[in-house]
Amino acid sequence: MNPPTVMATQPATPASGTPPPPSVGKRVFAALGNPFVPPIFITLILLIGNLSYGILESYGKTLLAIVTSIVAEMVLGRIFLRKWPHPASAYITGISVGILLRSPAFWPYALCSLLSITSKYALRFHGRHIWNPSNFGICAMLFLASQSVASLSIQWGNNFGSLAVIWVLGSVILWRARRFHISLTYVLSFVALSFLRAWITGDPWQSEISPITGPMYQLFIFFMITDPKTTVRSRTGQCIVAFFVAVAEMLLRLNSCVFAPLYALFWVGPAALFIEMGIDSRRARKAAAATELSPEAVRS
Amino acid sequence: MMLSTPAAAPPRRGVTARILVTIFFAGLLATPYLVRRLSPAGQSRTATIGRQAALARYGFYLEEVSHAAGIDFVHRAPVLDSKLAAIMPEVSSMGAAVSIVDFDRDGWPDIYVTNSAIGSRNHLYRNNHDGTFTDVAEQMGVADVNQSGTGVSMGAVWGDYDNDGYDDLYLIKWGRPELFHNDHGHGFTRVTEQAGLPPWINANTAVWLDYDGDGKLDLFVGGYYPESLDLWHLPTTRMMPDSFEYAKNGGRKFLFHNLGNGHFEEVSAKVGIDSHRWALAAAAADLSGTGHPDLFIANDYGVSELYLNDGKHFHEAGADTGIGFAPKSGMNASFGDIFNQGKLDIYVSNISEEGVLIQGNNLWVPQDGPALKYDNLARDLGVELGGWSFGAQFGDLNNDGNLDLYLENGYISLDRKRSYWYDFAKVAGGNSSIIGDAANWPAFDGRSLSGYQQKHLWLNDGAGKFNDVAQAVGVTDTYDGRSVVLADLWNRGVLDVVVANQSGPLLIYRNTVSPDNDWIEFSLEGTKSNRSAIGATLTLFWDGKQQIQTVCGGSGFASENDRRLHFGLGKNPSIEKIVIRWPSGVKQTLRDLAPNRLYNVKEPA
Repeated sequence: MNPPTVMATQPATPASGTPPPPSVGKRVFAALGNPFVPPIFITLILLIGNLSYGILESYGKTLLAIVTSIVAEMVLGRIFLRKWPHPASAYITGISVGILLRSPAFWPYALCSLLSITSKYALRFHGRHIWNPSNFGICAMLFLASQSVASLSIQWGNNFGSLAVIWVLGSVILWRARRFHISLTYVLSFVALSFLRAWITGDPWQSEISPITGPMYQLFIFFMITDPKTTVRSRTGQCIVAFFVAVAEMLLRLNSCVFAPLYALFWVGPAALFIEMGIDSRRARKAAAATELSPEAVRS
Repeated sequence: MMLSTPAAAPPRRGVTARILVTIFFAGLLATPYLVRRLSPAGQSRTATIGRQAALARYGFYLEEVSHAAGIDFVHRAPVLDSKLAAIMPEVSSMGAAVSIVDFDRDGWPDIYVTNSAIGSRNHLYRNNHDGTFTDVAEQMGVADVNQSGTGVSMGAVWGDYDNDGYDDLYLIKWGRPELFHNDHGHGFTRVTEQAGLPPWINANTAVWLDYDGDGKLDLFVGGYYPESLDLWHLPTTRMMPDSFEYAKNGGRKFLFHNLGNGHFEEVSAKVGIDSHRWALAAAAADLSGTGHPDLFIANDYGVSELYLNDGKHFHEAGADTGIGFAPKSGMNASFGDIFNQGKLDIYVSNISEEGVLIQGNNLWVPQDGPALKYDNLARDLGVELGGWSFGAQFGDLNNDGNLDLYLENGYISLDRKRSYWYDFAKVAGGNSSIIGDAANWPAFDGRSLSGYQQKHLWLNDGAGKFNDVAQAVGVTDTYDGRSVVLADLWNRGVLDVVVANQSGPLLIYRNTVSPDNDWIEFSLEGTKSNRSAIGATLTLFWDGKQQIQTVCGGSGFASENDRRLHFGLGKNPSIEKIVIRWPSGVKQTLRDLAPNRLYNVKEPA
């Protein structure tokens, strides 16, 4: 996971004149756009979950995931980018691994963090990494090490209070980062498709809604599907992708796939980026052709 | 998907670096495979190899002989309120239990087996001394105990609460708990009301223990479903746990203090036991070295609890000792000194389903040092992954001087090709308002849930590793195992295995052990202490080693082993001494002991 891109850190000011001092509420709202907010937010999720209910396997395992992730990012960033990367992204990846991965052993946490970060450097297309790092890492572990790991599924006190805090805070942060529409589209799609699944399977609709009230989805909704590095650029496109993630998840769920949302994003996210890159490439070729055929180009 | 290609935008990197990171990435992807190949669990799944080969390689062989022994018992599961019909396989998935008792004091272990359908009969198999058993439950008055309106049996524990020399029966039920007084081996008298037991408890575990050291056995009962629920007449379907990891809406706990006049006083709140977690297994032993039995409770849907006992009060120390942090699905509590270092380790079974849920079983090993702290070494020792695990027991099955571990597993075996796991995980991760109502759960519809699982018999190599030899030594069944007990059923100096399977047959695995290894057994009888000697610890010193065992009034899952203590000694042993610490505090040392004998030891006055 990467932190949502922060589009503005200061409110717009008039072209001339001294702007009035913002109100306290506006200052708080503005502060939520700070690039350090996402790491703080995910840390808050971890602390609420663990202090309330002990959701972590252990602090040691989560710490291992975080440290491994940051060290890997530093080393690989230094090699490939020739500079020290900001650790916020790696921190979020590590903490996500620490929360979402479940294993009695230590090694899967280190391996998952390494896979997540390394995937950003090893699996690239047109200069972009196309998988959300922790999504890739966790899916790879579920594929390859199913005898040793599972994902967070039944851990968390089922308390709406904790979830409400996360939902409210997360929504404000995403709104500020201009990515709330992604999460909202996904949630609405999930809920609508839940009723469709219930109609198809004959199961109680509550059972189909149930997953989204659990802890895994909070991280998935607020961090994974909103990752700016691995989502398409246009706002409409982002909503379409979020909808198709929910559709893919539904298809996986109808085939009794336990970790359907993770796998859905694993497949839909990169596919969307490929499509976007294809469209971009075609437009670039058309633009180049149009430039070559323009009167100015002909005259020159 | 393509590997990275040179691009105009960063990252900039050289060809060498790209090759190296690709190789590194491929290595990371291959790591899980290598870990699996190198792990003990990946190495020790051995196929059936035959009797002679098993004897030669592992020193023992198990043969299922229940039919030949005259036992053709098949457990019948409960059928609860029809409101739960859609998920009946899940909510009625327990009740098969077995316990060992010498109820007639003839020196030969007998077997008591519970049944769980309304109207079904429990069985008391008297040992005929010739390899066979005869069911005498009807004539003894302990068969017809699952009558409509009284609930059904979930297990049984035996203890001589009135110190008359004959073990009495406490019947664990979802329903009206029952206490039967043993009339000197000639029959049983129901004394539930006289004893002052409550009218209804939905329990799966109970333990006899003398918590205050007054020489009279007290009784702990751990509730599972709330005692307010009559599972056959439910007012609502809201009866499920409110969380699958942090549930505290289960049954209460009871501690019945033996007043010595046939009456018990419920004192749990008075002594500091206050929990509404969903208890599935409990066992008591002096873990903290105070001379008083501590109480370990393995809870479903939550953390385990460890109640340390100072003789008057209990103090819950699960978190302080390290065993009560990670919530799992505890279904077993058994003790064993697996390192032969004079300390009891604790084995707790949980759920592991490949690719879905990896809780891992816990083997809690005490740290060195004055404070009571435990490390979970299940993974290091190779006893972590056991499927949907239930009852387990430690015992030296090949008499080599090291305690082995037998684990039962398998939850619901119905349609082999269709699994309920997806639906289970879908709902179990949700909010309490959803999962707490049985009506919100998808119908089971004949599907399996971690069914048809291969059992585990981990052989302790004495060097810090356990190797699974179950199939190799003849344990090939895949029933839905619940409780398992170990006993020298035919007084041959070997531990046999008896297994109770949910909706399945009672299995008796007769053990054949290589004669090279010696053994010694002890039958203890208290005088100042409770006569059953429950809570006594015996440490055997031999060949420069020591092994401690304790007499338990219930352990594992809904079960009780033969209370005679069995020690394997290995080849040509040199026995130094035994030290018995009786519950009264009396310490007794015996020397000049010979191997291959059963010693009857009475507490010195």
